[in-house]
Amino acid sequence: MNGVPMEHGLVLASILFALGLGGLMFRRNMIFVLMSLEIMLNAAGLAFIVAGTGWQQPEGQVMFLLVITLAAAEASVGLALLIQLYHRFKTLNIDVASRMRG
Amino acid sequence: MMELLTTLSTTVSTTLSTTMLLPLTFLLPLLGTLILAFSRGTLGYRSSALVGVGSIGLAALVTAVIALGFAADPAPQNMTLWTWISVGDFTPSMGLALDGLALTMLGVITGVGFFIHLFAAWYMRGEEGITRFYTYMNLFVFSMVLLVLGDNLLLLFLGWEGVGMCSYLLISYYYQNSANGWAGFKAFIITRIGDVFLAIGMFLLFSRLGTLDIAEILTLAPKAWQAGDTTVELAAFLLLGGALGKSAQLPLHTWLADAMAGPTPVSALIHAATMVTAGVYLIARMHGIFELAPVALYATGVIGALTLLMAGFAALAQTDIKRVLAYSTMSQIGYMFLALGVGAFDTAIFHLMTHAFFKALLFLSAGAVIVSCHHEQDMRRLGGLWRKLPLAYMGFVVGGAALAALPLVSAGFYSKDEILWQALAADQQGLLIAGLVGALLTSLYTLRLIIGTFHGVAQSDNARHAETGRGLAHGLPLLVLAVLSTFLGAWITPPLSGVLPPGPGEGVHAGHGALELMAAATALAGMALGVWLFGLKRSWLRPAKHGMGAGLWQLWHHAWGFDILYDWTLVRPYRGLVALLKSDVIEGFFRLLAKLVRLVHLGLSRTQTGRLRGYAATMVIGATLILLSLALMTQGT
Amino acid sequence: MILVWLIVIPFAGGLLCWQAERLGDRATRLIALATMLCELLIALWLWTQLDFQLPALDGSDTQWAIEYRLPWITRFGIDIHLALDGLSLVLIALTGFLGVLAVLCSWNEIVRRIGFFHLNLLWILGGVVGVFLAIDLFLFFFFWELMLVPMYFLIALWGHSGSQGSTRIGAATKFFIYTQASGLLMLVAILGLVFAHHANTGEYSFSYAVLKETTLSPTLAFWLMLGFFVAFAVKLPVIPLHGWLPNAHAQAPTAGSVDLAGILLKTAAYGMMRFALPLFPEASQAFAPVAMGLGLLGIFYGAVLACGQQDIKRFVAYTSIAHMGFVLIGIYAGTTLALQGVVVLMVAHAFSAAGLFILSGQLYERLHTRQISEMGGLWGRLGSLPGLYLFFIAASLGMPTTANFVGEFMVLFGTFAMAPWVVALASVGLVLAAVYSLLLMQRVHYGPPKDDTPLKGLDIREFCMLLSIVVLILWVGIYPQPLLDTTSSAMGNIHRLFDTPSPLLPEAR
Repeated sequence: MNGVPMEHGLVLASILFALGLGGLMFRRNMIFVLMSLEIMLNAAGLAFIVAGTGWQQPEGQVMFLLVITLAAAEASVGLALLIQLYHRFKTLNIDVASRMRG
Repeated sequence: MMELLTTLSTTVSTTLSTTMLLPLTFLLPLLGTLILAFSRGTLGYRSSALVGVGSIGLAALVTAVIALGFAADPAPQNMTLWTWISVGDFTPSMGLALDGLALTMLGVITGVGFFIHLFAAWYMRGEEGITRFYTYMNLFVFSMVLLVLGDNLLLLFLGWEGVGMCSYLLISYYYQNSANGWAGFKAFIITRIGDVFLAIGMFLLFSRLGTLDIAEILTLAPKAWQAGDTTVELAAFLLLGGALGKSAQLPLHTWLADAMAGPTPVSALIHAATMVTAGVYLIARMHGIFELAPVALYATGVIGALTLLMAGFAALAQTDIKRVLAYSTMSQIGYMFLALGVGAFDTAIFHLMTHAFFKALLFLSAGAVIVSCHHEQDMRRLGGLWRKLPLAYMGFVVGGAALAALPLVSAGFYSKDEILWQALAADQQGLLIAGLVGALLTSLYTLRLIIGTFHGVAQSDNARHAETGRGLAHGLPLLVLAVLSTFLGAWITPPLSGVLPPGPGEGVHAGHGALELMAAATALAGMALGVWLFGLKRSWLRPAKHGMGAGLWQLWHHAWGFDILYDWTLVRPYRGLVALLKSDVIEGFFRLLAKLVRLVHLGLSRTQTGRLRGYAATMVIGATLILLSLALMTQGT
Repeated sequence: MILVWLIVIPFAGGLLCWQAERLGDRATRLIALATMLCELLIALWLWTQLDFQLPALDGSDTQWAIEYRLPWITRFGIDIHLALDGLSLVLIALTGFLGVLAVLCSWNEIVRRIGFFHLNLLWILGGVVGVFLAIDLFLFFFFWELMLVPMYFLIALWGHSGSQGSTRIGAATKFFIYTQASGLLMLVAILGLVFAHHANTGEYSFSYAVLKETTLSPTLAFWLMLGFFVAFAVKLPVIPLHGWLPNAHAQAPTAGSVDLAGILLKTAAYGMMRFALPLFPEASQAFAPVAMGLGLLGIFYGAVLACGQQDIKRFVAYTSIAHMGFVLIGIYAGTTLALQGVVVLMVAHAFSAAGLFILSGQLYERLHTRQISEMGGLWGRLGSLPGLYLFFIAASLGMPTTANFVGEFMVLFGTFAMAPWVVALASVGLVLAAVYSLLLMQRVHYGPPKDDTPLKGLDIREFCMLLSIVVLILWVGIYPQPLLDTTSSAMGNIHRLFDTPSPLLPEAR
């Protein structure tokens, strides 16, 4: 691997992760929350790829495959939940669904 | 006549072995109890009374047969029904022992008991629950007979507790009035305190001598202990404690006056003739222990003397005729304890017997007055009854004469004089003087009782419209007991010679005549004073309104204030303790623990807002903190 | 094999009852009754058949009259090992008898979910029988925990709600937490003992006979003994750990109270005599003064608290605490007389407490209250019930001719040689027993009646039930010898533990 140093890739992954995290914490719309989750997962995937390439190990790409699968499953479950919640609450505001308080 | 008796008794003892008859004396009353208890209300008044009186009558007959057999062959008899408990050395049996002492008691219990049962059939007419009454009464006789026949301390204790229970049940017989229930409660608890002493005494004797058999204890004790040994003194004091509770002596005497809440025949049987004298019987039975314990024996005499004075004064200031008799019972048992205390065990039993006769007579006569006067028993509201109730009046006069020890003609004179003589012979001047003062007091309150109840003018409608009692059940018991309360009763000599040691005055005669004169003079002087005070100057019958007289009246009326003392020192603190602990303080600690957990739960559950974004934020902060600390730690090393 | 049947019958009967509910209430009740009668009869048959006067001196094998052994988890040395001696037999017969009473006394009381009720009732009894038979420690623990769960349901589902805001669920939970926590302590102690044995010999075993021979350091023995003691002390109960009992007794249905007071408390005393003492003789001996002190505390504390209760069932519960104080003193006195007294007292208390709870239940059925303040003057209104009440009161205060008297006095006689002051103080408890018992009589049955209408008297079922207990109390009270002969060798074994000089307590000899 030449040109791009590993650190750059990792910094990019961290920035992406932080962006996703910020979105998760500050957005109320559930679609955006889900999207932020996807971004975070992909950031983690990117970090795996970069690290795998950097150390010339195959595990990074294996893990990335796992992350993609997970993300797909998560997205489908999350969207199903989202539709159910929309049916019940008629809104996409995530703070409304706070019935499970202690 | 004597010849006939002897032949009769020999034939009886050959045909019917008396040992075979012995269990019948308590099985018959038990049978009566069971029939009455399981009748479940199917028996009427007549059949209940028939079963109740009949069972005791048969028991009295059996006792008479046994007594005849015993007269022919006065050897102690033993009979073991079965071994009650057998674990190692601990083998108390269901065993009976008949000797002169037991026979005397047996005669008093079934004989006097039968007449009282008979009288009760008249007394309880028209009362509800006659079946219950006779159930308890028969059960009482059963327990009392076991008490005197038991050949070991545990069986004696069985009877001892049994009579206590029956006493409780009969005192609170009129259950609808709470006060009666509380009177029974008090009687049971105070005697139970005494019983605990007796129980500990049993534990001590068993642990030292390894047996509970009374005869064995009496033979082993002199070998095991020197006279005055601490252990034997302790054992004697513990037995004395038991006797004090049961016999209403200082300081466990306060229950007896309240026990008068029961029907009058109950007072006659339990609280005059038999149960309250069980303490005297116990000490006489365990005389071997007391002879080894001079201090305890002396204490017995002193307690007896103090009680007889205390109760004598208290009897002077009562207005309820039954309470007068109750205090006089206490005082007379004080005489018996005095006799025990000087070592004259047989004299104590003799006085126990004559006392049973004349005190039962007095109580039954009082019962006759009470029923005739429509349940009026306050002396201040009676009076002028002697014409209307001649039989009751006769009973009071004969019984009162015996109580006040009218010289020569009354039974009480012979037994009380004997006690005073034994005290003199034992060189116990203090006890003798107390006995003489007591005799004066006895004459005084007896005269006050008789004059207040029967002479003067009727003080209330109840007394004016008194109805004379009729019938065999009313007359026969009074007549028989009256005969027994005269010098004829004193002719009955209890066969105690082989059982109890002779008293200190045995075989000594110097000064006996002088003492007899002195005792007779005291009694007569008391009576003369009584006639003058209460008969001629009738104002003495009423309590003084002010001055020292009023103070003394209050003091004696409340029997020197023991009730108030116990109330403040025992009852109130206990109730305070109950109130304090009521909510289970120790468990409160665990409840506190539970509260703490709940508090923590409340605090922590605040953090569960249910907002997803909040959880995410917390997670991020937590993760960051952990990572940071990890980083710092790796740098540190 | 008969021992397995003793355990299986109640469990199978319970399942049958559960299913029989669809056949009707009566069928369910009859099946439950038949099951318990069967159990009782087997126990009585065994009593006549077996010989309990075993020499028991040469080796531990002869200790048991009858034994059953089947490997279970061989890897850890766990067997299904059941054994019967006089003590277990007496308690099993007692379980059978009280089981019959429990079924009978809920005949009219329980109307909801009858099948499940009897399932729970019979499973409790099955668990208790298992406790009395198991001598493999793992199996013992298994049954010990097993009997708690159905009891929990019994209180939680069919209980009465208490007076001052205490609910039946709360009572059930409290019961469960107390007993479960103490059970875990026992598990820890059992495992500690097993591991100590493993460290000594390199073999795992949960067998009673094997573990009894384990040599332990005094400190370890003391802590393990304490684990067992606390577990049993909660069940007995011993004073600071008694909190579950008044609530559970008061809130449980009558059948539950009868089982709790009559049998479940006895499992604790049984456990002490079977396990805590023989497994750790020296440590127990060193602990005896403390245990006796706790027993004394129980006698006084229970008696004083009983006086302050307003709920008749709570009242009886506190009197149980006072009676169990005598049991504790007797167990740790260790003389044959005291231990035999403990057996009689356990049986006597089972009868008298069962009688009082049944009577309280019957009062509740008639008055619909358990508050003492709402009673008074009941003597004339209830037919023969007050007479029987009086009898059980007399039994509970230790009147001679009742079994309680024999038990208490044997304990006191037996303890006096060991600890005279303890006995002297415990005797004061006899006065307090009279105080609380007669206080109850006074407040419930004496005094002016609140109402003149007569209430329903006892019917034939209730009368026979109570009469059978009365007869048994009197029988044990005046002729306890058959009972004493049965348990004499078992108690003699325990007594010998105390007889061997203790290295920890040289001054006690």
